[in-house]
Amino acid sequence: MGMDRREFIRIAGLSTLLGFGGKGAFELLRPGQVEASLQAEPGAQAVTRWAMVVNMQKLDEATAGKCIAACHRVHNVPDFNTPKDPKDALPPEVINRYNIKWLWTDPFHNAFPGEEHPNMPDKVEHMLFLLLCNHCDNPPCVRVCPTKATFRREDGIVNMDMHRCIGCRFCMAGCPFGARSFNWRNPRPFVKEDYPGYPTREIGVVEKCTFCAERLAQNLPPACVEASGGALTFGNLNEEKSQVRATLKKYFTIRRKVHLGTNPQVYYIV
Amino acid sequence: MDDKYKNEFGWFADRPQVEKKLYDGKYIFVGLIIFLALVIVPLAPNLGKTVPPPQRQLDTPVIKKLAEKDRQCIMPTDWMRANHMQMLVDWRDNVVRTNEKGAPNGREFVTPDGKKYLASLTNTCLDCHSNKAQFCDQCHNYVAVAPTCWGCHLETGKKLAEAK
Repeated sequence: MGMDRREFIRIAGLSTLLGFGGKGAFELLRPGQVEASLQAEPGAQAVTRWAMVVNMQKLDEATAGKCIAACHRVHNVPDFNTPKDPKDALPPEVINRYNIKWLWTDPFHNAFPGEEHPNMPDKVEHMLFLLLCNHCDNPPCVRVCPTKATFRREDGIVNMDMHRCIGCRFCMAGCPFGARSFNWRNPRPFVKEDYPGYPTREIGVVEKCTFCAERLAQNLPPACVEASGGALTFGNLNEEKSQVRATLKKYFTIRRKVHLGTNPQVYYIV
Repeated sequence: MDDKYKNEFGWFADRPQVEKKLYDGKYIFVGLIIFLALVIVPLAPNLGKTVPPPQRQLDTPVIKKLAEKDRQCIMPTDWMRANHMQMLVDWRDNVVRTNEKGAPNGREFVTPDGKKYLASLTNTCLDCHSNKAQFCDQCHNYVAVAPTCWGCHLETGKKLAEAK
């Protein structure tokens, strides 16, 4: 004796109402599993945990510009805003959306929304903060990536496998820091000067700061740190005598949007 | 009568019994002939012909400089011919996913006889084979494959060779 469709839907509906479907059933059968799958895996303390401290007391706009230029040069980051051919100029409504940024600046109320108030020091209010991917401990971009193109390395770097990116832009929706950019057009003609040590990207992939993983592999500091003249400190948080640890001990630092629980690892001295 | 249109679940009617014969036969055969003609016409001129394999010039200044006994790839030539694509994919994954949990690490490629090389298409392969147009493209065109490497990676080796 078979079950007809009406019967099946009725039973499924009733059992859902009674709580045998969805999360209720999971809680009965595998208690705690649903929550556990949403949290970052606890792991043994890694040997390396890269982090950066941005000292805004030392970093003026000219230095920030130098850092950005250095970063964008060695990673072949395209500049759509000043094309070589005036025909390629973008209409104003998409300039922001098409913009590719690994390292960029924004004022306090954009960098630390909710922290600003009307009686802040003018200096801080108009300060342009140097922003980049925070290489979070609990990165939402990694969780939402459907192809695992974005992944978290054991040394804390949130890196991207461009070969695997399908351009769905879930990570851009997931990232609360706006650290990711999408290639709406073929970036190669817009790279100012091809830097031979790093590939360009293709149309339709997302890109972001990688903490210069390719330079770290050669024991070089990130390009921005090198260009900053000491305003940026980069190092291993898990090494007791590292410079970042010393800086973080010495100064009071803030981080962006800590309340979201992603545990960002770029620290700011204001 | 009603039972005839029910299967064991009771919902789906079986296909109604109709007479088995070919309807509109002439249209079908004419259509088939036109279809076959369209498929065959572009292939027919090449029938029985052999396209000569590409004449590649694999000597580059770097290779010419090497002593005769050093003139070998990181793996035997036959192995490279058969497996370079898989090797490059492995290199790619190993390099990009360095330090990912559970991933094989490394920018280093160790050959079975223990020599170490940097796993890099543009730095290691193109260092010797700096003539991408000859070394890569000729064969890929011949067998009609289009690897997507060069959409992103830059031919630095070739540029360096040209500069020399």
